Amino acid sequence: MDLEFWDSNIELINREKLDLLQLDRLKKTLINVYENVPFYKKRLDECGVNPYKFSNFDELEKIPFTTKEDLRINYPFNMFARPLNQIVRIHSSSGTTGNPTVVAYTKSDIDVWGDIIARQLFSLGLRSGDAVQNSYGYGLFTGGLGLHYGIEALGAIAIPVSGGNTERQIKIMQDFKPAAICCTPSYALYIAEVGKEMGIDFNNLQLKVGVFGAEPWTDQIRMEIEQRLNIDAYDIYGLSEVMGPGVACECTFKNGLHIAEDHFIPEIIDPSTLKRVERGKIGELVFTTITKEGMPVIRYRTKDLTNLNYDTCQCGRTHARMAKTIGRSDDMLIIRGVNVFPSQIEEVLMKVKEIEPHYLIVVDKRNYLDYIEVWIEVSEDIFSEKMNALEAFESSIEHKLYSAIGINIGVKLKEPKTIKRSEGKAKRVVDMRKGEKP
Amino acid sequence: MPIKQLTVFLENKLGRLAEVARILKNENINLQGFSTTEARDYGILRIVVSDPDKAREALKKAGFTTHIADVICVGVEDKPGELLQILDTLTEKKINIDYIYVIAGTRVVLSVPDIEEAEKILGEKGLRICF
Amino acid sequence: MTANKKFWDENISTASKDKIKEIQLERLRKTVKHCYKNNNFYKKRLGDAGVNPDKINSLEDLKKIPFTTKDDLRDNYPFGLFCTPLSEVVRVHASSGTTGNPTVVGYTKNDLDMWAENLARIMYDVGVRKDDIVQVSHGFGLFTGGFGFLSAAEKIGCMVIPISGGVTERQLKVMKDYKSTVIACTPSYCLYMAEVAENTGVKFEDLNLKFGFLGGEPWTDSMKDEIEKRLKIKALNSYGLSEVLGPGVSCECLEQNGLHINEDHFIAEIIDPDTGKTLDIGEKGELVFTSLTKEAFPVLRYRTKDISYLIDEPCACGKTFIKMAKPMGRSDDMLIIRGVNLFPSQIEEVLLKIKDLEPHYLIVVDRVNYMDTIEVWVEVSEKIFHEKIMDLEFFEKSIEEKLYSSIGIRIKVKLKEPKTIERSEGKAKRVWDKRKEK
Repeated sequence: MDLEFWDSNIELINREKLDLLQLDRLKKTLINVYENVPFYKKRLDECGVNPYKFSNFDELEKIPFTTKEDLRINYPFNMFARPLNQIVRIHSSSGTTGNPTVVAYTKSDIDVWGDIIARQLFSLGLRSGDAVQNSYGYGLFTGGLGLHYGIEALGAIAIPVSGGNTERQIKIMQDFKPAAICCTPSYALYIAEVGKEMGIDFNNLQLKVGVFGAEPWTDQIRMEIEQRLNIDAYDIYGLSEVMGPGVACECTFKNGLHIAEDHFIPEIIDPSTLKRVERGKIGELVFTTITKEGMPVIRYRTKDLTNLNYDTCQCGRTHARMAKTIGRSDDMLIIRGVNVFPSQIEEVLMKVKEIEPHYLIVVDKRNYLDYIEVWIEVSEDIFSEKMNALEAFESSIEHKLYSAIGINIGVKLKEPKTIKRSEGKAKRVVDMRKGEKP
Repeated sequence: MPIKQLTVFLENKLGRLAEVARILKNENINLQGFSTTEARDYGILRIVVSDPDKAREALKKAGFTTHIADVICVGVEDKPGELLQILDTLTEKKINIDYIYVIAGTRVVLSVPDIEEAEKILGEKGLRICF
Repeated sequence: MTANKKFWDENISTASKDKIKEIQLERLRKTVKHCYKNNNFYKKRLGDAGVNPDKINSLEDLKKIPFTTKDDLRDNYPFGLFCTPLSEVVRVHASSGTTGNPTVVGYTKNDLDMWAENLARIMYDVGVRKDDIVQVSHGFGLFTGGFGFLSAAEKIGCMVIPISGGVTERQLKVMKDYKSTVIACTPSYCLYMAEVAENTGVKFEDLNLKFGFLGGEPWTDSMKDEIEKRLKIKALNSYGLSEVLGPGVSCECLEQNGLHINEDHFIAEIIDPDTGKTLDIGEKGELVFTSLTKEAFPVLRYRTKDISYLIDEPCACGKTFIKMAKPMGRSDDMLIIRGVNLFPSQIEEVLLKIKDLEPHYLIVVDRVNYMDTIEVWVEVSEKIFHEKIMDLEFFEKSIEEKLYSSIGIRIKVKLKEPKTIERSEGKAKRVWDKRKEK
């Protein structure tokens, strides 16, 4: 097969050269954070790593990890390595509960981001002139704008549909004839379902590529999407703390996601011992950014579980491949691509005084889409004899959850003792997607 | 004087209403009448019983969420025009009814925002307030 | 570029009338030729009207060119009015709605740069600098509002918070924590934010907000006073429409007595909407725009249907561009609901497809708490009435879903008893816009 490359010098680079490139960029990054981020200066001083004399990868292991908690503590701008007048964009995690995590980009960061994604879309066969329907949500979430500028950098036509309004998505798919769609894999299946109801034959559309991410998915889901939409479905990975979508992406061989190693150094650690695992073993993914200016992260713990494969891929690319993520090392839930921590929900509920300490977060899939609801037992404090009052109570909590967390969470009132009591630590989350039962 | 109505929160699940009826029977409490809201995921059961406090205790013990509310009870006869008389009286004074139902054949239970006022108005019209 | 110069581009912003006319004529010639040469629709239009693109000798010749209307855009859906090959197009935007065909506009890379330049100039000239932090609360997606301000503010070098619309508590938290100095949104959303701020104890005098670039809907001076008083900002009227560009066509300066039109990129005319005759400066009529620099989607004499008049007098701000009065209504029945354009016919089309629905309906528009509300009243016939409340609710919901999926905004459906909705002898009155009674 005749393969084309966006930048063969980088994509086919041999490991030795890549190591040198990474080492050089890593050193520059360490100097950058040492000089510009007090948090990192303190960290590096404490662990005795001198960024000016940094010379081999083993030293990286001496540097403590950066966690989401570190980002929260330094909210909003203390992790930035550039003055605000050099920052042109910020993104952040959702939520008003607690402090969200804020990330920053310089003009050059935005350009690099676009170039990385353009390279990935190119590797999937997309070219200038192809239209790409981008159905990720736009806004502070990195999915929409991240993919968007990658599509434009490729020279393809970005259709910024954003999420929702599925019938319109399908009309656009028919009329604008996009060659590719970007969204979450579950939304792709939902589109297939709605399309079927509308009598659409996806074989007759021009769509040939799907770029899906923001939530974990299996090869079985891939097969289903590919069959129903008549496309090739590829996994793209990223998180805002490291950059956004594009940190890694599959190639046409669908055999692992190539990490953009010219920009990110991956490590896999054992989440309990925090030591690096043997090459190939499953553990938690950790990233160090080596080209970011606005907000580099050093050894950022993603909490995503996967393993790495350093063999050269059939496509010829040398960049290490991560397996599709297989889960989390924390209790974060991913609901339609949005990250939700049970503690965020708890914090809202705890502020409503009538709510008994008995509640349960229930997550499931309905019609291919994730949904999340909170079960609350109706105590006498809540119960008034009017139906309207109960409904108003439900919707007031729903509103509070929405404004704090940014996604719709249904509230279901239940009779007392419906929710199982536990002896030890209360089980607050039932994820029916994993076969759990309330 | 208003009567006491017992209200019960019920999930829309098979057998829940029967459970309430069973508890009342076991406690030897007479059920004079009841109404339910149409259930979605849950609904409200409203009952008038011989001993509301005892009934409430029993239901609470069995894990039900309950509430006691004052409602007006008006005696009517089994003949045409009886309901209209109540409604006309209240409508004339611009009193809106939140809900209304019949108990034990010849009594109508209704809820309004200001019970005392409505009872006075109905009494002045010669309607029989039961308690 | 020095940070303290007064104008983004003094040569242009303060150019003499003659100089501007010279630029306009040269660019008009180019645009007409471009349209004629590269687009069949325009070629035929111009040919039929006897316009020889090589013989545009003065700006007066513009009057010979036929108008372009929204219907022309619809008839040439989706890409029929593009004047460059798709391989040069990198972005499309579109009006909302699947009912009928939406209007689609395309941008080349140069167009996007030109767009950012136009709006950056507007923002810079009123005092926005690279140190500013710009909260973009317009929606992103196919709607042009969000992207317009994002790119323009990035061009100036501001830090942009692409927060998009909704979740007002979060908007306020962001405004407070990230110290936003500029906000872009609809004027009614500003007032809604003020309302929520008051309820949640946020005081605008403690915030850093200086400017609001507000648009997407017509608004009055009293609304401006209210916004300035409550948000402690300069509230500037920003105007644009996707068919012509998006935001950046014109905007108020700090004098706030008219919106300077970016005359080097657009020629504005005012016409009598009935006769099509060009009106004089100062006469009220329909705004018509001709784009002068657009590549993918130029427009010749595009009828905006917005009612305004032109103001040609020296402005104390020093800018020489002609001004338009803030738009004061429409020459058609288009409704603007929270910045989204909506035609009653779009609603009608959805309703008429619903089986068993009586042909009597009323669209009720209001402004509650400074936010536009829209509902549709439909009469309950025996055909749809079943004895279960649930069935009726389900019916309501299903119409709401249909309206949402084809129009893209939430419209509440209210079931009414038969004969509630007034019958009329002649043309039925389908819209009750209570905002006009306030």
